[in-house]
Amino acid sequence: MSLPKPDELISDVKLHSTPAKDWMEIKPELRKGYYLSIVEPKYLEELDLNHMGKWQPYDEKWPLPDGWQEKVKEELQRRMRINRAFKLFMDICVRCGACADKCHFFLGTGDPKNMPVLRAELVRSVIKGEFSTFGKLFGRLAGARKLDEDVIKEWFYYFYQCTECRRCSVFCPYGIDTAEITMMMREILLELGIGTDWGIKPVHNSYYIGNHVGVPPQSFKENLEFLVWEFEEITGIKIDLDKYINRKGAEIMFVPLSGDYFAEPGIYTMLGYLVLFHYLDLDVTMSPFATEGGNFGFFNSLEMAKRLHSKIYDEAKRLKVKWIMGGECGHMWRVWHQYHNTFFGPIDFLEVPKSPITGTVFEHAKSNKIIHIVEFTADLIAHGKLKLDPSRNDHLVVTFHDSCNTSRGMGIFEEPRFILKHVCNNFVEMPENTIREKTFCCGSGSGLNAGENMEIRMRGGFPRANAVEYVHKEYGVNHVVCICAIDRAALPTLFQYWVPGVEVGGLHELVANALVFEGERSRDVDLRRRPLKTPVKGVD
Amino acid sequence: MNVGWSFLIFLVLLLIPWVGVGVLGLQGLFVTVIPYVCFLIFIVGLVYRILNWAKSPQPFKIPTTCGQQKSLPWIKHSRLESPFNTFEVVLRMVLEVLFFRSLFRNLRADLQGKKLIYGSAKWLWLGAILFHWSFLIILIRHLRLFTNPVPSVIQFLDYMDSFIHSFGVPPVYITDILIIVGLSFLLLRRLVDAKVSYISHGSDYFPLFLILGIVITGVLMRYNLKIDVYAVKQITLGLATFKPAVPEAKIGTIFYVHLFLVSVLAAYFPFSKLVHMIGVFFSPTRNMPNNNRAEMHVNPWNYPVKHLTYAEWQERFREVMENAGIPIDEEVEKEEHEWYTIYGPNKNLNL
Repeated sequence: MSLPKPDELISDVKLHSTPAKDWMEIKPELRKGYYLSIVEPKYLEELDLNHMGKWQPYDEKWPLPDGWQEKVKEELQRRMRINRAFKLFMDICVRCGACADKCHFFLGTGDPKNMPVLRAELVRSVIKGEFSTFGKLFGRLAGARKLDEDVIKEWFYYFYQCTECRRCSVFCPYGIDTAEITMMMREILLELGIGTDWGIKPVHNSYYIGNHVGVPPQSFKENLEFLVWEFEEITGIKIDLDKYINRKGAEIMFVPLSGDYFAEPGIYTMLGYLVLFHYLDLDVTMSPFATEGGNFGFFNSLEMAKRLHSKIYDEAKRLKVKWIMGGECGHMWRVWHQYHNTFFGPIDFLEVPKSPITGTVFEHAKSNKIIHIVEFTADLIAHGKLKLDPSRNDHLVVTFHDSCNTSRGMGIFEEPRFILKHVCNNFVEMPENTIREKTFCCGSGSGLNAGENMEIRMRGGFPRANAVEYVHKEYGVNHVVCICAIDRAALPTLFQYWVPGVEVGGLHELVANALVFEGERSRDVDLRRRPLKTPVKGVD
Repeated sequence: MNVGWSFLIFLVLLLIPWVGVGVLGLQGLFVTVIPYVCFLIFIVGLVYRILNWAKSPQPFKIPTTCGQQKSLPWIKHSRLESPFNTFEVVLRMVLEVLFFRSLFRNLRADLQGKKLIYGSAKWLWLGAILFHWSFLIILIRHLRLFTNPVPSVIQFLDYMDSFIHSFGVPPVYITDILIIVGLSFLLLRRLVDAKVSYISHGSDYFPLFLILGIVITGVLMRYNLKIDVYAVKQITLGLATFKPAVPEAKIGTIFYVHLFLVSVLAAYFPFSKLVHMIGVFFSPTRNMPNNNRAEMHVNPWNYPVKHLTYAEWQERFREVMENAGIPIDEEVEKEEHEWYTIYGPNKNLNL
């Protein structure tokens, strides 16, 4: 990683000056560290997708297929025909600029084409130039231009500099959602055969193996075995893993995230889920075939999203469970909450989720029968079903990072905070304009969490890191809790760069830390083997 | 550049009635044919746009949730930011359409050294509110020219708008002042703010010039260049009752300019960004409830996709699963085994 030092990185960012040239005249210059590699053709082939052979974005001439212009125009028109949101968002923007300084990529780069309005204008201009009479008559004056190869390069470059976080849509007076536009444009690029390595390979893995990192079933089990072994080492409590894997007839199916059993710090969150299940003796199972909630299909096309998520419901049917619970993830929940019922429903082979511990019926999930584990746990705590000792997290000063998709695509704000306030004593909020619906993206979501685009990731994550830096310096925050697996994968790198000394973890890790088991033994470390402030006194 | 060209186009439009009426004496064309044609374009265009949007289905339920979802009963649900039912959606839309609620939220972000700071930014909201509300009131106020007798509601509005009688005779309309303030702000903002200026096309300046032109000609007519109001009312009533007539009295060219610019605005409206007025009602991120998991939403072009089945998958991993002690599901084995068979994206689907 040959990145400039943090202080230098943003020294070139100017938020209030713009290039002398009109943006249409500025040809895309693909900067290294800003774009993703193209996937090998075989992966696209095996998913029955188009491809353009072997090539990379830095190639001077892209091997666009014959008749690509017609194809793109056709795809644009088709999407306007079948998707009102896309058509409307192309039509009604008044370029008021309210969204301009809301995008984390704009704030981290100062590149005007990262202003949501201009990002969408990259498409709008082509639609005007190719389909509208006004556009054809007045050209640039009406904001119209023709579709050429540079446009495709620009689309690729900038629509992979959007993490579909929807922050702009909060501020837009018409609710124009750039995430939708980005999704459509990535779909169209994929129709041409332009798929990114970090976007398609995970889809391929999820499709054929079961999760995006390609962990096969035996390794999935081994990873969990390691986790429960660790837990037993630390606490002396033995978790029987077998009942949680591929057992038919359980009441609940739990869908984990591969990020949570693949690497630190996510694994502690995974352990948190297991500890909670064990504590409650919950009748829950996981399918080794559907070991991924995080839907990488969504970063490429809706078709892919649907293919990957559908198998979760099929597995629920096969395992004959009553309802489904999902782990702490971002995009997974956007897909599940906003898309999946439409893809798959009505889901009539499941029952309305009902907590077997508290008896609470989750009415708000009565149609698609899935609930978020955070909703489940919040309900437990509210009913006093968990014995918690928040002082076991006293070595942490915690802040909460609202994940974009669960915030602006689901509206889950209070549940995680409610849990946090019960499992730790030192909870600090970040500045008001950077949390809840105004939360900032980690800068690496929607398939951007790769190695080759590190510079854009660090720039895009800068607003988030900056807010964390504030509470780190002001209140000594050393631990950021989030409910998104990509956050847990991306934020450690981001903070290492911008705010060293801040760790990242999931919510259920802290829940497990604070859980008081009956007859537990004494210990002086937490689940990560960090020393506790006040050691646990048990019955040794 | 964009500013210059759009101003030029505006000037040309300004000259058309000036020459047409002042030099060529084509009053009839400007008070009958053009207004009717333009108004027809306005209606037909608007209907076309509405039908065009309505024709495209909204496949997914994608509200932007700017507040707490409705979930557990003891958690306070944000009814406006995360509406759960139609009533709450209507409330959200009303606040959006009448008071520009999302815009009210606007923030300013700035970089101070290595620090990002945020501040409130309500100027755009204020400018927009001033302009839009004044425009609406002025529009309604104009109905007194199209009605006889003038309904008392309009008379009352007229009275309220000009209640500051002391400024002179005729009384000054408050909205006349406010709309000029609002429009000037919006125009200046486009010219001065580097970011906004960068994203502005000619088609962003042009409507501002056009509306400003309409407002200024209107104001001039009322306070400076006195025109024959009786003759104007003859024309407008004639237009409204489909008995268009060219008055014999001399009205003053400025009136024809005003009417022509209004006609142009009407005709331009449906085909420009100005349709945001209608479009906002269709915005799926605002007009849909966040009851996604409770109520099923149907996508009319939904189609089945096939994914790898568990049976296929288990065949592939059977051995390693057995070795790892993961239970094998024997019941699924009977299923047809189709390794690597999938539907392609949208294959045979003519959408």
